[in-house]
Amino acid sequence: MSYVPDRSQYPAKNADGTLDIDLTSGKYLKLWQGPNHPGITGNMSVELTVCGDEVVEGKTHVGYLHRGFEKLMERRTFIQCFPIVCRICVPEPDFNEYCYAAAVEELAGIQSPVRSDWIRTLILEMGRINSYMMYLGGQAGAFGLGVIAQWTTYVRDLMLDRFEELTGARIYHMFIMPGGVRDGLPEGFDGRMEETLREMERTLKDVYEVMFCNAVFKKRSIGVGVIDPDWLEDYGVTGPNARAAGVAKDVRKDQPYLVYPELDFAPVTGQDSDIYTRADVRRRDVLVSIDLIRQILAKMPRSGPLMAKVPNVLHWKIPQGETYIRGECSRGEYGYYLVTDGSGYPRRVNVRGPSYTHAMALLERMIVNVNISDVAGLMVSLHTYPPEIER
Amino acid sequence: MSMKPELMKRMVKGPDGVEFEVEPLRDYYCEAPPTVMPAAYSKIVEDLFNWARAESLWILGFGTGCGAIEMRPLMTPRFDAYRYGIQWRPTPRQANLLVISGYLSVKTLKRAIRAYEQMQSPKYVVGLGSCTINGGMYWDSYNTIKRLDDYLPVDLYITGCMPRPEALLAGFADLKKLIKAGKGEGANQYAANFAWYKANQKRVIHDWDMPDYNW
Amino acid sequence: MNLRELYNRLKALFPLGDLTEQRPDLAFVTLPAEFLRPTLLHLRDRAGFTHLVLLTAVDWLEEGRFQLTYLLSNRSQACDIGLRVMIDRPASGLATMESIHDIWPTAATYQRELREMFGIDFPGSPRIDEEFILEGWNDIPPYRRDFDTLKYAEASYNQRPGRETRDPATHMKQQLYPGEA
Repeated sequence: MSYVPDRSQYPAKNADGTLDIDLTSGKYLKLWQGPNHPGITGNMSVELTVCGDEVVEGKTHVGYLHRGFEKLMERRTFIQCFPIVCRICVPEPDFNEYCYAAAVEELAGIQSPVRSDWIRTLILEMGRINSYMMYLGGQAGAFGLGVIAQWTTYVRDLMLDRFEELTGARIYHMFIMPGGVRDGLPEGFDGRMEETLREMERTLKDVYEVMFCNAVFKKRSIGVGVIDPDWLEDYGVTGPNARAAGVAKDVRKDQPYLVYPELDFAPVTGQDSDIYTRADVRRRDVLVSIDLIRQILAKMPRSGPLMAKVPNVLHWKIPQGETYIRGECSRGEYGYYLVTDGSGYPRRVNVRGPSYTHAMALLERMIVNVNISDVAGLMVSLHTYPPEIER
Repeated sequence: MSMKPELMKRMVKGPDGVEFEVEPLRDYYCEAPPTVMPAAYSKIVEDLFNWARAESLWILGFGTGCGAIEMRPLMTPRFDAYRYGIQWRPTPRQANLLVISGYLSVKTLKRAIRAYEQMQSPKYVVGLGSCTINGGMYWDSYNTIKRLDDYLPVDLYITGCMPRPEALLAGFADLKKLIKAGKGEGANQYAANFAWYKANQKRVIHDWDMPDYNW
Repeated sequence: MNLRELYNRLKALFPLGDLTEQRPDLAFVTLPAEFLRPTLLHLRDRAGFTHLVLLTAVDWLEEGRFQLTYLLSNRSQACDIGLRVMIDRPASGLATMESIHDIWPTAATYQRELREMFGIDFPGSPRIDEEFILEGWNDIPPYRRDFDTLKYAEASYNQRPGRETRDPATHMKQQLYPGEA
């Protein structure tokens, strides 16, 4: 017997479109979910107004992680911005470095060497797998399957070991610079990477059996949190959220960048865009990324320059211009809008994170009529990373 | 700065029809400021208590900034903080260690103060990362605080940006030594200098819509 | 899609400025504020630019203007077009621009951020005057060029003494050539 909501309790709308909710009437309760809860990596809270068990209205509150990056970058020279840029998105920092470096290179007229493009793609794919692993742990945890988070965090740690070998740091790599990358692959990297990928595939198989074939997970997630395909353009939905609705939106295929034209893969799509399908799309995306890493390691050139000729970075002035660079990160379309004005400092850097559109307007739309116990699962299924919303 | 309507003083009608007045900021919180709690027992008993407190550090699960991402591996078998007696608890009432993991924006500082004041004494604060020490790489940002120990009494700093899980475990081991030596007096320091801490906090938090002491 | 051809078609309908082709698939064009809405509707409904990528502002303090950039994307033809609108920057108070939240509901979020960070008002946009990112902010909008973030940080927050900062360009010069001025 499915749950049929009782619409007779619904608040009426006022003349200006806001809901007529009287909090002192005892019928509605205001509940704050946040700013800290498992599954969401970052602080973002949702102010829910519930009537009984059902959410009537939700408002997203961000700003707990605001550091004013765009203002700070205007005070730093181009090379000084490079270490600070990866802190904008905490769990998947490499995309920031790549988009910033590509934007600066484009405006300065520098072409990064081919070998560095391959290494950049390798790093981006490794970061994508890490991000999906964190998501799978969070999504299962939101529905009570705590063991998945233990497995995926462990396997993510193995990949962080590979990052440490390659770049020197676990989380903030600061490896992709304007002009190229800082170093090549160490000795024996291919063998260790292959071991890590095999471990990852084993874990994914376990995750599939424990999470995706689990009756409780299926019952709680199938049919819940549906994104209407008509909303995709209105709300700027990109990435796996859009692909689970049947639209194959993948920047790696639509507007290929780096070495993606030479790699062979197909974007993963799903049909019913509910929580289960989005989780499944992301799981299959991990398998695609694992395959991509194997292709990259097989096809990568092993010799060649790693950095292009960059002028003296202490006195680097870039001519006036503006550009927008986009890439496909694990959550959707990530972009950097850079404006320069001929001085040694960027005039304006605007970071467009995918969670900016997913977590604000889309979530507030989707959260109406949801049962209160499903709110956490719904929030996590949009795969938001709050640091990139308020930067 | 106007307060939210549910925090204002107003008349409410109870379920049995009786009307009464509520003032949420005064009614739901303790009015007295915190007191200094000196060691009440003989040294050997206090040493035993300190040993017990150090070996069961329960951390409030509030990831305030970047550093939260290196706290998650600690809960997995690879780095395993649980063998040291360290657990993560969801509510401040059950926690005795608050880890400020990274920078604190003013908005989060308000919530962190609230969480800290709701914890029960004796309680400790660990500052993770260089942002708690001197602002880190956001030293010129208008929204992050630069010195954590102006607002909360810090017992230990763990440096790094960000610190590895092993560095966190080493930091916790140092904190345990500190507590066992009887030097984990953060809560008493907070109570003794309550007015000073409060003045600092109110200087940066402009919309203060909570009571002075959130017990 | 050839952006130059699209530009020529649009120029016949609306008074556009010059086209800046940044890449074969990215171009920027300036247009007056009154013609923004019909151009956006034309691009969305007739030319296939259905995806609003971002709406942001650049503060040209020296010229006394804000530049609002509306970046639209056409996924099927894989190209982007950026519309630049220059609006006046009053010496005190908010600048205003018309809201496009009825064309793209997601624009409401961008407009809230611009209101708070730059002081550009979009009358009619839902929840435009609610606090978005900052809480209890009582100074000028922080992303404006005349807001000095270092001065504000030093005035409001206590610093820990002992920090040394060196401008890298002058530091290296002093290290390598200590005698020179």
